[in-house]
Amino acid sequence: MFNPEVAEIRFGTGLSPRVPAPQSVEALLDGLVGQDRIATRFPIEPFESFRHRITAFQAARRDERRAKSDDARTQATKAKKKANTAARKAYASMIRDTVLRRTHTDSGFRERLAFFWADHFTARGKSNIVRFATSPYIEEAIRPHIAGRFEDLLIAAVTHPLMLHYLDQAQSVGPNSRLGKRRERGLNENLAREVMELHTLGVDGPYTQADVRQLAELFAGLSLDQQGAFKFKTAHVEPGTETVLGKSYGRSGKLKDVHAVLRDLARHPATARHVATKLAQHFTTDVPDPDLIDKMTEAYRDSGGNLLNVYVALLNHPASWLPEMRNIKRPIDFIATSLRALDVDGTLLARSNQKQLLNLIVTPMQIMGQSWQAPNGPDGWPEENAFWITPQFMAARLAWALSAPQELRRVLPDPQDFAQTALGQNAPPEVAFAASAAENRWEGIALVLASPAFQKF
Amino acid sequence: MTSEISRRRFLGSAGVIGCSLAASPLLTPVSMASAPGENRLVVIILRGGMDGIDVLRPWGDLELAAHRPNLAVSHDNELHLTEFFGIHPGLKPLMPLWDRGELSFVQATSTPYRDKRSHFDGQDLLEAGTVDLAPLGRRDGWLNRMLPYLGGAQARTAFALGRENMLILTGQSPVSNWSPDVDLGMSSQGLRLLDLVMKSDPDMAASMTEAINLAGSDGDAVALDLNGGMVDQEDMMNTMAEDVSRARKGKTHLKIVDFAAERLKAETRIASFSIGGWDTHAAQNRTLNRPLKDLTESILRLRKKLGTVTWGKTTVLCMTEFGRTVRENGTKGTDHGTGGTMIVAGGAVRGGQIHGTWPGLEEADLYDRRDVMPTTDIRAWAAWAMRESFGMSKSALESNVFGGLDMGDGPKLLL
Repeated sequence: MFNPEVAEIRFGTGLSPRVPAPQSVEALLDGLVGQDRIATRFPIEPFESFRHRITAFQAARRDERRAKSDDARTQATKAKKKANTAARKAYASMIRDTVLRRTHTDSGFRERLAFFWADHFTARGKSNIVRFATSPYIEEAIRPHIAGRFEDLLIAAVTHPLMLHYLDQAQSVGPNSRLGKRRERGLNENLAREVMELHTLGVDGPYTQADVRQLAELFAGLSLDQQGAFKFKTAHVEPGTETVLGKSYGRSGKLKDVHAVLRDLARHPATARHVATKLAQHFTTDVPDPDLIDKMTEAYRDSGGNLLNVYVALLNHPASWLPEMRNIKRPIDFIATSLRALDVDGTLLARSNQKQLLNLIVTPMQIMGQSWQAPNGPDGWPEENAFWITPQFMAARLAWALSAPQELRRVLPDPQDFAQTALGQNAPPEVAFAASAAENRWEGIALVLASPAFQKF
Repeated sequence: MTSEISRRRFLGSAGVIGCSLAASPLLTPVSMASAPGENRLVVIILRGGMDGIDVLRPWGDLELAAHRPNLAVSHDNELHLTEFFGIHPGLKPLMPLWDRGELSFVQATSTPYRDKRSHFDGQDLLEAGTVDLAPLGRRDGWLNRMLPYLGGAQARTAFALGRENMLILTGQSPVSNWSPDVDLGMSSQGLRLLDLVMKSDPDMAASMTEAINLAGSDGDAVALDLNGGMVDQEDMMNTMAEDVSRARKGKTHLKIVDFAAERLKAETRIASFSIGGWDTHAAQNRTLNRPLKDLTESILRLRKKLGTVTWGKTTVLCMTEFGRTVRENGTKGTDHGTGGTMIVAGGAVRGGQIHGTWPGLEEADLYDRRDVMPTTDIRAWAAWAMRESFGMSKSALESNVFGGLDMGDGPKLLL
């Protein structure tokens, strides 16, 4: 059952020579409900503030287009560039702080869950500096809700401006709404479909095309104002009621109709199983123990989708504590756990410039198959080991393990000690041997980091 | 102190992985297989759901304009293929191919996938070539299942580059994944120790071994022994970064095509890669242009790079997971649908044809009252292309490559 090292490796951000591993299941859970100290220490700006960068950029671009004189145009171009440069700089800070949270935290489970849910509710900007808004979205819509009720998380994510932008909801209009009739505009099904297929019921769930359509009608009011903030537009609302999974909604024509259907979708048994299965896959193995999924599903249903209860079921199941490491770390986990094990000087990383961050973290992650916050589609990153274990990706991890540690530490630790630090009691004898037999320090360190014992959790 | 000389020395002695393939694309999947004979088959997966009736426009159907007030309405005589069908202006660069008999279309076709209209399941099913999806982990692809039926097919030389596994070429026949733009340098002692530490995970060990083998396949040694000299690790990282930025510059889809063409001129007979961007939920008049440009450029580039003789033996199938709704949606785009269009190009193709049957666009003719009704199974067209290209038996195709497919009568896709 519970073992502190397994807890830190499987549910946390990896072993550290500085931060002790959690000593009990309770400690793991406490890390989720207490104050979010690490977020205070390494703050990331919420979308509510980031969106002003977007509007400033767009305003400058509009001025540039409409400028009547050369002078005015030069002025606008300058303003646009300034907004762009500032946003890029902020983006680099967010990358840095996301990694620093992982290397310094004493509640790594929170970081892992924030990543898991951000991936479950993948949203991305599709143009100019909106592309840098993912971390602000996570900070605002995901992170505060990871240990609460799933329905609150669902509502926060699905109605968030970045999601409405990403899945084309902002322009969707009820065809018989005031605006729909006047402007001959209508629905876009994209968000409604992904909410049922990806966010709640799952693709095998009991919904039909008619449900997708009805949900899209219910969603019609979800939109953005001129400043890029959320706005429920009654002029977009489709009159009359809609039927989703046999239940009627939409009597009020207000945002509460949308909340009502999202809450019901969240409480649906198919959602309970879908969410439980994904969590079990993410933290244990590609094909999880059916009893683990059952127990987590029950916990979800019995608690009305209280995620903390689901985590309790996960952490109290023997299948979660098998000593064998079966999942491969994602590139973000691989890099961040490496930095943590290497005890990289936080101030060094904090001082890193954009180019260094690109060379040490962003580009290597891309070559390992995980472009920073840019999965291919709204389904996020694949869970299956088979996706990540390819010659290219393995070579990229090895190349990083050979080169990056030297960039990040003036003196590399002794490889034998490092094997102990990074792998704990679990260090396999062949890795300890390789670390001691390596010709030089950097190869010794690389062999530890490249070993399956380190790359899996 | 790092110098250009030490870097060159490093690159030379470390055997930059696969530098003979340096022009290959990074992070982009291309699946390939060798086979006997001279015929080539290229499958381009159009990810996102290409709108079949915006690409191949059934202008002769009087319902079209009513369904699509903003899309596919302009009648340009130059874009007419037949009395009934025209093409999207974005396909205009392919007109010379149509005129020369190197381009055909299949109308109203789809996989057996129905109703849920999920990209992810739809694409998996397209690549799996089955009626239903097998559970995750037991899926394989139809191109891969065909390999054992090609006498002397060299499955081991089949490989893919890349970021995502292309299901179409995965399965029992050994197929590997590789993109060579990663530079590695390690001492021979380090390589031996690497072997040792990887042993506990056979999958990871196999991938790592293949990376090292392919690194050595360009003739340079992989092992790096600089007589104890300090390796310039920073340069290794910089080289990696330069490779990435080089790979990102320019048109990725053309790099894929160039890479595939080079291989197809050598021993490769089957190649598959994908072009994305077809999920046009909004402003389709604008958003469809880029993927169409990528596609037409890819086909024309392939034709140019292969040269007349090889192009004359080549069939290109462009397939998508599903078509889109017949009616445009409220944001001047289209949502996920069912029946779609397949594009068939190549010097081996019997061109100038629009295959299949038109189902009509009246509400009662539509699938689920919203989508183009598929009148054929897209797998049958792929099966005929494989039969005509490689002479595979109909029974193997119907029961082993595509589970439970009825190929029907030969449409004669190729010359």
